[in-house]
Amino acid sequence: MEEFNTTELNKLREEISESRKKRKTCITICGGTGCHAYGCLKVAQAFRDEIEKQGLQDLVDVRTTGCHGFCERGPIVVIQPKGIFYQRIKLEDIKEVIAETIIGKKIVDRLLYIEPKTKEKIVYEKDVPFYKKQRRIIFGNNGFIDPTSIKDYIALDGYKALTKILFDMTSEEVIEEIIASGLRGRGGAGFLAGKKWEICRDVNSEKKYVICNADEGDPGAYMDRSLLEGNPHSVIEGMIIGAYAIGASEGYIYVRMEYPLAVQNVTHAIEQARKLGLLGKSILGSEFQFDIHVFRGAGAFVSGEETSLMASIEGRRAFPRQRPPFPAQEGLWGKPTNINNVETWANVPLIINKGAEWYSMIGTRGSKGTKIFSLVGKINNTGLVEVPMGMTLKEIINDIGGGVKDNKKFKAVQTGGPSGGCMPAEMLDLPIDYETLTKAGSMMGSGGMIVMDEDTCMVDVARYFLDFTQEESCGKCVPCRIGTRQLVEILTHITQGKGEEGDIEKLKDLAKTLNAGSLCQLGQTAPNPVLTTIRYFEDEYEAHIKDKSCPALVCKDLIIYHIEPEKCVGCLLCLKNCPVEAISGERKKVHIIDQDLCIKCGACLEVCPPKVMAVSKYTGKKKERILNKSSQKSE
Amino acid sequence: MEKLIDEFEGDQRELIHILHEIQKKFGYIPAQAVSRISKQLKISESEIFGVLTFYKAFSLKPRGEHLITVCMGTACHVRGAPMILDEFKRKLGIESGETTEDNQFTLETVNCVGACALGPIAKADGEYHGQLKTREVDKIIKELMNKKRNSSK
Ligand SMILES: Cc1cc2nc3c(=O)[nH]c(=O)nc-3n(C[C@H](O)[C@H](O)[C@H](O)COP(=O)(O)O)c2cc1C
Ligand code: FES
Repeated sequence: MEEFNTTELNKLREEISESRKKRKTCITICGGTGCHAYGCLKVAQAFRDEIEKQGLQDLVDVRTTGCHGFCERGPIVVIQPKGIFYQRIKLEDIKEVIAETIIGKKIVDRLLYIEPKTKEKIVYEKDVPFYKKQRRIIFGNNGFIDPTSIKDYIALDGYKALTKILFDMTSEEVIEEIIASGLRGRGGAGFLAGKKWEICRDVNSEKKYVICNADEGDPGAYMDRSLLEGNPHSVIEGMIIGAYAIGASEGYIYVRMEYPLAVQNVTHAIEQARKLGLLGKSILGSEFQFDIHVFRGAGAFVSGEETSLMASIEGRRAFPRQRPPFPAQEGLWGKPTNINNVETWANVPLIINKGAEWYSMIGTRGSKGTKIFSLVGKINNTGLVEVPMGMTLKEIINDIGGGVKDNKKFKAVQTGGPSGGCMPAEMLDLPIDYETLTKAGSMMGSGGMIVMDEDTCMVDVARYFLDFTQEESCGKCVPCRIGTRQLVEILTHITQGKGEEGDIEKLKDLAKTLNAGSLCQLGQTAPNPVLTTIRYFEDEYEAHIKDKSCPALVCKDLIIYHIEPEKCVGCLLCLKNCPVEAISGERKKVHIIDQDLCIKCGACLEVCPPKVMAVSKYTGKKKERILNKSSQKSE
Repeated sequence: MEKLIDEFEGDQRELIHILHEIQKKFGYIPAQAVSRISKQLKISESEIFGVLTFYKAFSLKPRGEHLITVCMGTACHVRGAPMILDEFKRKLGIESGETTEDNQFTLETVNCVGACALGPIAKADGEYHGQLKTREVDKIIKELMNKKRNSSK
């Protein structure tokens, strides 16, 4: 490729939009992970085949795009420019969509989304309540972009910000702009991004690095994955801008190994950018030189911590180390290094394009811009949501998420991953920003937001998280290695009905030690899930310890399954599905569970027809009563 | 394998990359590979073992014909992932991290596969099975067994 400069980039952008004008209609098929699992690739291929068969390829574009966010309803197909929204598309539907909507300009009613509350059918994507309250400045373009096409990104003003900074801004001005925007890190701690850049810029060194942290270890969060898979160029452009401001010549994107598609798409995007001269020597004809490598992680949660991550890139075990020195002083191979999260980087081009003033109008005083959350768990509309900072938890869960699944009662929402905490219903009016969440005992984290209902046991959740951190503790420092294990032990005992008076105090004491004595935040924040569940749900702990009962009916050792004789119709379903043959009975006769054989797998409850609902779970006194009754009978 | 390793030049920074490639190609890291890498990259074998046992991506034992990975992430946990895992364990007669005696199945867990909207979820030979019910576990295992038979025909 000959030298590619700004004029040519602008020309290319115009050419692309000119050629797009001819093909007005575009069928976009969501190619995010969720839709992948639902078979979207086959759907996309079928659309292409059918368009070709009908000779429509000059009029209609078919594009597989990044994640639209509404994973609950996949595979999702949106027909542009109008934004007609079809959901749960199957291969059989494709002919009809083309005949009716593409050719006939009519809507296929049965493929529309029905709003569960009002039962209203919704035609356009923008009117779907899930999207209505969102502000999708970062994530919104995903739905328009084929992640494998740099042209799609360029057509949507991609690499415009890069042109602007290379030729119209000094590195100081770029940093000033980012500081003024108030952008804070989206990877957890929320440090001011511009300030971090400034520190690194001010260190004198020939060689500097920038790193994009795409390790996304927080279980239950997948927005970084969707950004990197769906709009990789926005992250790359952000990194180039950062590198220019800091004076770095090399960059790394550290991607978790569980995300093969992200590795593939971002690697491809980097190659495309290189070909166009947007990476490499003399970028866009300027003096600036910068290139990016992709590094595949190898499965260790702690490698998301910045000092561990750098050790991992260096080919070593991902052990964290004491800070200072901070990466900005001594980072990768001892050189000054600036590390930011995927979403942080993706914000950068937007801020440069639209200006810090515009950006800082969004959000709250201390937390600017938007945040993408992965809204998952026991919620009706699961998916990725992008909202302005300062929105309340209630708005996110009820208005966007459509409330708790199956009309169950809300119990808690968990944010911040294994370092975060669970917040109860009383806290739902809290506005989302870094400080409020920390005050509530949780934290912003990277953006997992897991909704829990009345069927979730909070002691079990605490045990789950500690099990996780104990498993992932790298073992380098003693408080974390031993402390997490002791916490798990106590919590496991409690869930098994072996809890003792004083356990809660023991948990609190251990938590203090871990927080004060651990080397990195993994250990320091590990007790948060325990502390918040004790703070807001102490009665559940008490029930487990004193009454040996699990009010949410989760902890296996504390519950029994029981078939209600007055409800059972004797249909044999549970009997046939019981994997250990613990159920006896005959057709039209009441079935009985043998409690000694039952392994509490829940299969009977799952298969019992909804109209009958004869299988129940019991705990505590009621459980004892039933057990007594049945033992009397058998005597 | 030797060819694969010898293609790499350089130092420690290539280590994880090489291990990825070998794991992909052989399904595990054979002991001979370690000594070869040690010579090629000029790092001690104990250092390599240290790295390779630290990360979950690498295993020293061969995996079975089929790999089943159950997601144990938070989103999947609250939607009943532990029940799904128990069922896989029971049906296959192994604990997670183990391989069946006939070398057919390896059962593993993962912290999150990034498809949390579909939880509980399991991956069977790379294919996602979302919104799983305990009673579907048997079907997945049978499908994998049949796949083997078909492909060996
Ligand atoms: C145990 C642990 C795990 C972490 N995992 C991640 C992660 O998966 N992704 C991430 O962006 N940051 C993670 N962080 C935070 C990073 O150390 C670092 O603060 C972040 O990448 C900085 O980027 P930001 O300023 O843009 O947020 C983790 C921190 C700790 C202590
Ligand atoms: S929690 Fe299971 S896929 Fe994320």
